[in-house]
Amino acid sequence: MDTKPEFKPGNFLYAGKASALETVGLANPRDWSPTDDDWKLPADWKGIVREGMAERLQRFRSFKLFMDICVRCGACADKCHFFIGSGDPKNMPVLRAELIRSIYRGEMKTAGKILGKLAGGRKLTEDVIKEWFYYFYQCTECRRCSVFCPYGIDTAEITIIAREILNLLGTNIDWIASPVANCFMTGNHLGLKPHTFKENIEYLVDDIEEYAGVRIEPTFNRKGAEILFVTPSGDVFAEPGIYTLMGYLMLFEHIGLDYTWSTYASEGGNFGFFTSHEMMKRLNAKMYAESKRLGVKWILGGECGHMWRVVHQYMDTLNGPADWLEQPVSPLTGTRFENAASTKMVHITEFTADLIKNNKLKLDPSQNDHIIPTFHDSCNTSRGMGMLEEPRYVLNNVCNNFVDMAPQVIRENTFCCGSGSGLNAGEYLEMRFRGGLPRANAVKRVHEDHGVNMLSCVCAIDRAVFPALMDYWVPGVGVCGVSELVANALVMEGQGEREYNLRGEENPSYKPPAEDEASAEAGEEGEE
Amino acid sequence: MKLKTLLAKHKSALISRWVDAIVETYPSETAKFLKSKKDQFSNPVGHTIVAETKNLFDQVLEGVDREKVTPFLDRIIRIRAIQEFTPSQAISFVFSLKYIIREVVGPEIDTEDLDQELVDLEATLDFMALVAFDIYMSCREQVYDIRAKEVQQNAFLLLKRANLLVEKPGPKPEDS
Ligand code: SF4
Ligand code: SF4
Repeated sequence: MDTKPEFKPGNFLYAGKASALETVGLANPRDWSPTDDDWKLPADWKGIVREGMAERLQRFRSFKLFMDICVRCGACADKCHFFIGSGDPKNMPVLRAELIRSIYRGEMKTAGKILGKLAGGRKLTEDVIKEWFYYFYQCTECRRCSVFCPYGIDTAEITIIAREILNLLGTNIDWIASPVANCFMTGNHLGLKPHTFKENIEYLVDDIEEYAGVRIEPTFNRKGAEILFVTPSGDVFAEPGIYTLMGYLMLFEHIGLDYTWSTYASEGGNFGFFTSHEMMKRLNAKMYAESKRLGVKWILGGECGHMWRVVHQYMDTLNGPADWLEQPVSPLTGTRFENAASTKMVHITEFTADLIKNNKLKLDPSQNDHIIPTFHDSCNTSRGMGMLEEPRYVLNNVCNNFVDMAPQVIRENTFCCGSGSGLNAGEYLEMRFRGGLPRANAVKRVHEDHGVNMLSCVCAIDRAVFPALMDYWVPGVGVCGVSELVANALVMEGQGEREYNLRGEENPSYKPPAEDEASAEAGEEGEE
Repeated sequence: MKLKTLLAKHKSALISRWVDAIVETYPSETAKFLKSKKDQFSNPVGHTIVAETKNLFDQVLEGVDREKVTPFLDRIIRIRAIQEFTPSQAISFVFSLKYIIREVVGPEIDTEDLDQELVDLEATLDFMALVAFDIYMSCREQVYDIRAKEVQQNAFLLLKRANLLVEKPGPKPEDS
């Protein structure tokens, strides 16, 4: 526990920029870097940490329990992707938790205060803060360890609190702080202004017309629409997320959905979740606020991971009850989404699965015949909200070649992408390759054994980080959202020849119109 | 040739010592895990080390061919290239085999008078280490290339709309 981490390029994240911290009123904005000797902590930083811990031990019963009840059985020790991929023992969940538990014992518990190390306690020093920064940003809050803990100890929750305390000192990272500030000011992570957001979607509408031959006219900020659609903004500008977004547009057109986009609630993701409970609440509030302003009945959400963890586990408590909304009912199938009774928000994959189940989509899965997809369960949609069957049901209906990975690495046992919880920064690529190794290793198996050439997912961070991970570990495997595969298979009314896919690439599964065959058959019939 | 027969005879002891040497480059708690857990999904690093040292050892017996040895080396080095190792630590495991051979079959080499064969074999291992270094470098270069590519992908549509990207293949204007 006493060796100091060494901050080297590739193994640490850049510090949160002062301007971003100021924008949202976070503590101790300053210029600093983890490689500096002096982290410029606030003068009374020890008092802040002690008080911060004491307050949270009171407020969160889970945190108090998790500090007290671990019996060090070690069942969680080898379950963390960061331990498996980095080989660093402090990435064992039990030792990660011990980084803060030892301070809890040494600073907050009488026995530990007196006996110190004998009682497993230690004192707060600046090196402890550095170590926290190093290791609590090597936990993606994925909850895999909790699945194996006989006591249900969830190290993700410990990390959440640890990061909250780090934030009280201004020891946070830019890849989280800047998106938070942007999201607060303009509604989305990159800070796209409303007109840019709208123009990007219109650009994709043009691409759909070019490649699929259908013209779609989405609406923005339209009052009185039945449904508000919110998706992570990565789908609006990043590759391959944009193709997933084209998929949403085509699906909604196909079923004639009465919905609208919002250029204000233009981000489903919520990096506030990786900052503090308060910040999560502030950023989450806009979805409900916008649904009220526009007077919609309910909210449909795009393919995202942590957005859904926030919606599913926190939104109603944080910003509800949203009693101006109705319990979601699919206008096409009449299905009442009981699971969304409190949040009033439905996941696009649940919605699509229900459409397919009720035969509301005209599908030609052979359009995806050149694709052999597997599916990555995002930690948040699987362990965070229990959505396990729906994506597989959709995939099996829009593709003919779906292959699942090994049972020990899917569904609630899924391995994290290694870049979740705001760790998907470019400067952290090596660390992300360590964290993503177990997932990539499982993909490699199905790639080699079954020719899998596409890793599908329902999470925008996955879509953003997997291309790099696959390039390094399993070249030859592409990445896509499930809705892109849905759109490939959709038979749209009045569509053109689907010679090109939504990426503008030639579609190897395209079959030229059966004119010759048809006329030949007609000829034969004539002869008979 | 006699040396290789000798090595073949002690194959499993040599490989197991070699695996130990690689695994021991990790902290002790990790080394224990890497060796004990057999499942390829729960312990991909340990699994790779065990599988590839076997393959590499066979290569050493066959006489190292760059093309043949590359995939086996790559699987181990690709991992070490992104872990907390310096370049020399990442590839030093190739040299460990030299010492292991001397330890395990040293006395027999002396009695059988196989010194010249040993010198030749060590030259083969030196060559394998050079190949290992090339692989390490290409992994590192790949990390930098991928990082640059990811920056573009992360803002793909904004760059495309600003005409800052090379167009991807698609229907040419005359087609549409
Ligand atoms: S929550 Fe995930 S990343 Fe964090 S310690 Fe547990 S398994 Fe590791
Ligand atoms: S599995 Fe649970 S009780 Fe056992 S060491 Fe891990 S956190 Fe502690």
